[in-house]
Amino acid sequence: MKLIRVKYTKSFNILKDGISRSNPIVIAVLGICSALAVTNKVENAIAMGLGVTFVIMASSLTISLIRNIIPPKVRMVTYMVVISTYVISVQAFLQAFFMPIADALGAYVGLIITNCIVMGRQEAFAVKNPVKYSIVDGFASGMGYTFVLIVVAIIRELLAFGTILNMPVMGAGWEKWVVMAMAPGGFFVLGLIIWGMRELLKYYENQETTS
Amino acid sequence: MKSVIEIIISSLTNQNIALVYILGMCPLIAISTNVKNAKGMGIAVVFVVTLTGIINWPIYALLKSTGTTNLSLLVFIITIAATVQFLEMFLAKFLPKLYNAFGIYLPLITVNCVVLAVSLFFVNREYSFVETAAFSFGSSLGWMLAIILLAGIRQKLAKYANLPKGLSGKAIAFILLGILSLAFIGFTGLSIF
Repeated sequence: MKLIRVKYTKSFNILKDGISRSNPIVIAVLGICSALAVTNKVENAIAMGLGVTFVIMASSLTISLIRNIIPPKVRMVTYMVVISTYVISVQAFLQAFFMPIADALGAYVGLIITNCIVMGRQEAFAVKNPVKYSIVDGFASGMGYTFVLIVVAIIRELLAFGTILNMPVMGAGWEKWVVMAMAPGGFFVLGLIIWGMRELLKYYENQETTS
Repeated sequence: MKSVIEIIISSLTNQNIALVYILGMCPLIAISTNVKNAKGMGIAVVFVVTLTGIINWPIYALLKSTGTTNLSLLVFIITIAATVQFLEMFLAKFLPKLYNAFGIYLPLITVNCVVLAVSLFFVNREYSFVETAAFSFGSSLGWMLAIILLAGIRQKLAKYANLPKGLSGKAIAFILLGILSLAFIGFTGLSIF
């Protein structure tokens, strides 16, 4: 019984940390490229978030399973091959069932491979932890990422098109903020969100230690 | 020739890979705290991106002729990793001075989205070989421009500005990027001929 409780707490803590305290985007500022490039529509953000979550979980599972037989010298290449295999399957899945979203995401699906979050979780967690925690950890990081993606996307879609998930919200007279659908809007919104979250979590960067 | 110059100019300005396509953000944010490091990273990126763009084009042509374009992602990423590894060994052996100057940035480049993105973009846009070379060079130069601009502003800002604690560091870097990006989008419609 005690064992179960310990396990529960560990899983729970990993989950909680992934979403708040060690949120990959807000705290570590990783995986930004896709976070900004695909968040002009909520549906794209959801697709991207789920895709990344799947890739992290599946590759964490694989790496964790074979962690004892990967030679340390070639581990990076191993991660790359495993990750790109799953990314190709996500791409094929989107093209088969959600063609419009696959078109909208374009090259950015392929760029999940170079998303530092995926690589980072393999190196920092999956390669030295047992399978079940690795999956939980992958899920937590993926969810932390998806959460920020959706928040950014809601703000941008609302301001840029006056809609959420293509449903009109702002009324007919809404003046569209076109710039929000383009790159600068993403930068501003994410910058402000990072600021807000950091104030909430009381996470401050030390100017001296940033090299 | 005209299209080559156009591709280079537009990938430096209104098609800038960092500020308009939002790629290569992780190193852009992480290494832009001072101009010297930014320059080192920028030069390393120009080298690697131009080289891998040129190498990946014939490889993609080969994949296309055998009908295995599904595998392009996997093949590109392995080519990139191998090129970076090779470049690192080559520099360490033959040009140790250069290696000391930006060798530390090389391993980081494998996970820089710009490198893979350039390869994926030339596939999507169906560029010819010469256009691909021009696009790779122009995009990497544009990325270097962005990181040096950002580093210059951040360096001055850290010295003179009094920012709220949560905003300083990475959050302000995003706001700055947003402003830079607005400026670069302003180049849209620029015509040189």
